[in-house]
Amino acid sequence: MKTNRKTIPMPMRYLINTVLIVLFVLASTLFVNSDAVSGYFTKILMVIGINIILAISLNIATGYLGQLPLGHAGFMAVGAYTGGIFLKAVDAAKATGGTYYLYIAAALVLSGIVAGIFGILIGVPALRLKGDYLAIITLGFGEIIRVVLTNIDSVLGFDLTYGASGLKRIPKITTFFNVMLCVVLSCVVIHMVMKSRHGRAILSIRENEIAAESCGIRTTYYKVMAFTMSAFFAGVAGCLYAGYLGSLQPSSFGFMKSIEILVMVVLGGMGSMLGSILSATVLTALPEALRAFSDYRMVVYSLVLVLMMIFKPTGLLGQYDFSLSRILEKLMNPKKSTGKKEGASHE
Amino acid sequence: MAFLSTLFSQVINGLQSGSIYALVALGYSMVYGIIMLLNFAHGDIIMVGAYVVWISTANFGFHPIVSILLAVVVSTVLGVVIEKVAYAPLRSSPRLSLLITAIGISFLLENGFQLIFGAGAKVVPDFLTGPSVHLGSATISFSAIVTIVVTVLMMAGLTFLVQKTKLGKAMRAVSEDMGAAQLMGINLNTTISFTFAMGSALAGVASVLYLSSYGQASPTMVSMLGLKAFVAAVLGGIGSLPGAMLGGFVIGMAEALVSAAGLSVWKDGVVFAILIIVLLVKPTGLMGKPMTEKV
Amino acid sequence: MSEQKTKLVEVPGGIIPERDVGQPPVLEVRHLGIDFGGLTAVDDFDFVIGKDEIGGLIGPNGAGKTTVFNLLTNVYQPTRGHILLGGVDTRGKKTYEVNKLGIARTFQNIRLFKTLTVLDNVLIGMHNGMGYNLGSSVLRLPAYWKQEKEAKQEALSLLSIFDMQDLAEVHAGNLPYGAQRRLEIVRALATNPKILLLDEPAAGMNPSETAELMENIRRIRDRFGIAVILIEHDMNLVMNICEGIAVLNYGRIIAKGTPEEIRKNPVVIEAYLGKKGGATDAEG
Repeated sequence: MKTNRKTIPMPMRYLINTVLIVLFVLASTLFVNSDAVSGYFTKILMVIGINIILAISLNIATGYLGQLPLGHAGFMAVGAYTGGIFLKAVDAAKATGGTYYLYIAAALVLSGIVAGIFGILIGVPALRLKGDYLAIITLGFGEIIRVVLTNIDSVLGFDLTYGASGLKRIPKITTFFNVMLCVVLSCVVIHMVMKSRHGRAILSIRENEIAAESCGIRTTYYKVMAFTMSAFFAGVAGCLYAGYLGSLQPSSFGFMKSIEILVMVVLGGMGSMLGSILSATVLTALPEALRAFSDYRMVVYSLVLVLMMIFKPTGLLGQYDFSLSRILEKLMNPKKSTGKKEGASHE
Repeated sequence: MAFLSTLFSQVINGLQSGSIYALVALGYSMVYGIIMLLNFAHGDIIMVGAYVVWISTANFGFHPIVSILLAVVVSTVLGVVIEKVAYAPLRSSPRLSLLITAIGISFLLENGFQLIFGAGAKVVPDFLTGPSVHLGSATISFSAIVTIVVTVLMMAGLTFLVQKTKLGKAMRAVSEDMGAAQLMGINLNTTISFTFAMGSALAGVASVLYLSSYGQASPTMVSMLGLKAFVAAVLGGIGSLPGAMLGGFVIGMAEALVSAAGLSVWKDGVVFAILIIVLLVKPTGLMGKPMTEKV
Repeated sequence: MSEQKTKLVEVPGGIIPERDVGQPPVLEVRHLGIDFGGLTAVDDFDFVIGKDEIGGLIGPNGAGKTTVFNLLTNVYQPTRGHILLGGVDTRGKKTYEVNKLGIARTFQNIRLFKTLTVLDNVLIGMHNGMGYNLGSSVLRLPAYWKQEKEAKQEALSLLSIFDMQDLAEVHAGNLPYGAQRRLEIVRALATNPKILLLDEPAAGMNPSETAELMENIRRIRDRFGIAVILIEHDMNLVMNICEGIAVLNYGRIIAKGTPEEIRKNPVVIEAYLGKKGGATDAEG
């Protein structure tokens, strides 16, 4: 099956990919900031970006690790509140120049880290369970996070989250550019991890935990690692969300939000990052496009979900993943098509 | 003395809401026991049942007994139809697909009803009225008495059905080993439909009992109730019927006691905390069977 | 194959007359036993194997053979007894730690990483052979490139033992049955073990595949200098390849010895092969 196909040597591939990505980010930012794109459209694009990060982060735990957490919105909430409280505390809106961007970067990283810490705290006990039980226990943790955010102020004795009335006047730091940057960085980091011995260890747990363990993989460690990564990026997305909306309510991070994110991952195809990106885009844009029929859109949405499961349960893309280099290589080898269904890219 | 009577009435409250949780939890547990599905749409059947009561009493002015029967019948049929249309085609698919389908059905029912009836709550006139009982300084409402009594009767009936009848035995056989049960000549489709019918009928009864104490129907009225009943089923050991009953009462009592302590805003948190602790100590729930994977 | 036996020294409990005198055994199992809820699955299991040796574990279905493997890899924790791996007691260790100490295995019901490629399956086996950290993989530091490259070469060379290097990019689940069994062996070898446990490696193979497998097991032993313990129902394979055999029935060892001794042992013939059975074919 080995053919003498032309392939792009390794360092070249990374260089090409990097250049293409940078060009894409710059071009799209220039385009969005031009007059051709309305403010309304830009906002939708930002929400799409935030949802993409949520979907690819959940995909780590669901698609790659093969577990089914139902409390992802909880990690998003932790990130959102961390980011929101931090941005308010340092009064980022009044900062200028470099300090402003430093605050944004700090808020994003801090949100990710705090959410990641919650990921460890919840993951260590929860990942002892499997399958449905893991789903339920994460659901429980997600709900507890929501309840705590609603009621913590009365315990602390001072205003931190402002309870059910919500955390308001958060500096609106989220722009198209920083959403885009976060999306790209998240994708790249996740990709780099997954195409390494650590990523393979995570995949091996999904495939067969007992076999993974007898191949010398520290399954508990890697489960918690994947779970923590998943929480980290959800936290980053939460921070962007806080900076986008400018106000937060605990009720927006309930069970339904977790399900919404899960649906994006499942529809895209679990284990496919490209699938998550596409379905997050479509599922965010579609309701907006259907706004005129807003009464019907949720019904349509749920019908699509059920029909999809009955007729194409592997999701749109299965486990297929996108690789720029592979497309370039295909262009370089016009007549040869491998014919084999490839599961994941190998670069 | 005042404290004692508050405590007493909270215990009654706990038993009342625990009864409803238990009835709903039974449905979750039965379905899980038989096809290993966390049937997220189960809670929404209660919502449908409540709307049936509302339509038949408030709009058509039917006699309460007729409304109640209608609610139970519609719930039962709905449960069976959902299984036939949405779950049966997926019987050989990965469990996750089935779970997502259940979530989809749940969304569909909630949004469908919202589309038809609007998001606002519908007030159902009192249809279960009767004398309340006074015990010293404490009062037990009529609806509480009815709820608790009906639930106990339902449980006794269900236990009889599952333990003594042929269909009940078929149910237990299928939940033990689906393949072997089929080889023994048990009709899988009938058994699964029967399970959904029973679970949904109990949900129908729960919807009536729910209305008797809360008096309102809305598309999202059961999202928390459904979730907690589900927690109750898991807490008791999903797949175990006595476990579901126990779990329901534990959750109801825990909520009531937390409220009695003046911490009612934390009651959802406490429910889920109990769930987490139980799962960590005994991963298959209070009365669940241990599971091992053969290497 | 037995010409090189220079001196026969019976180690107590050993199934194989030790060839390298003075060298401690790779694996020493003493009075191993496990109960499942009052039921004794394995009891008083004594077993010693040295470097370079191939040992067989045979017995009727349900005799506890796979349970022994699960005990050796700490999938189950023993109720009684000790396992000394290169002199180290493995009690209380996790399965992955036992693997790091040098026990690798295959599974009776194949457990490959099915939706991953053949190459990835082997690379997962080499997980602990590579040491670069998470930072190196995110930043693609030189450690990543170097170790991944070496690992890939090593993986392909391991696959070439079974002539599978051309299948590297195929999904493991799409391989034919026999190739899946072979891939499991390669994956186990990739963890760089001192002892290889093979659970029915020839199950489902035709006679020519089995003959080839036999040759390959020997080659693996010679090339890597490791001990091999195999569970097998194919008597032809067991009798040809093993230097020592232990027969298990109802969780206890009922006989130990060279293939010749086992073949003649009346207890074995009666308990395992049936009263009038020939010792060369078929399982009980």
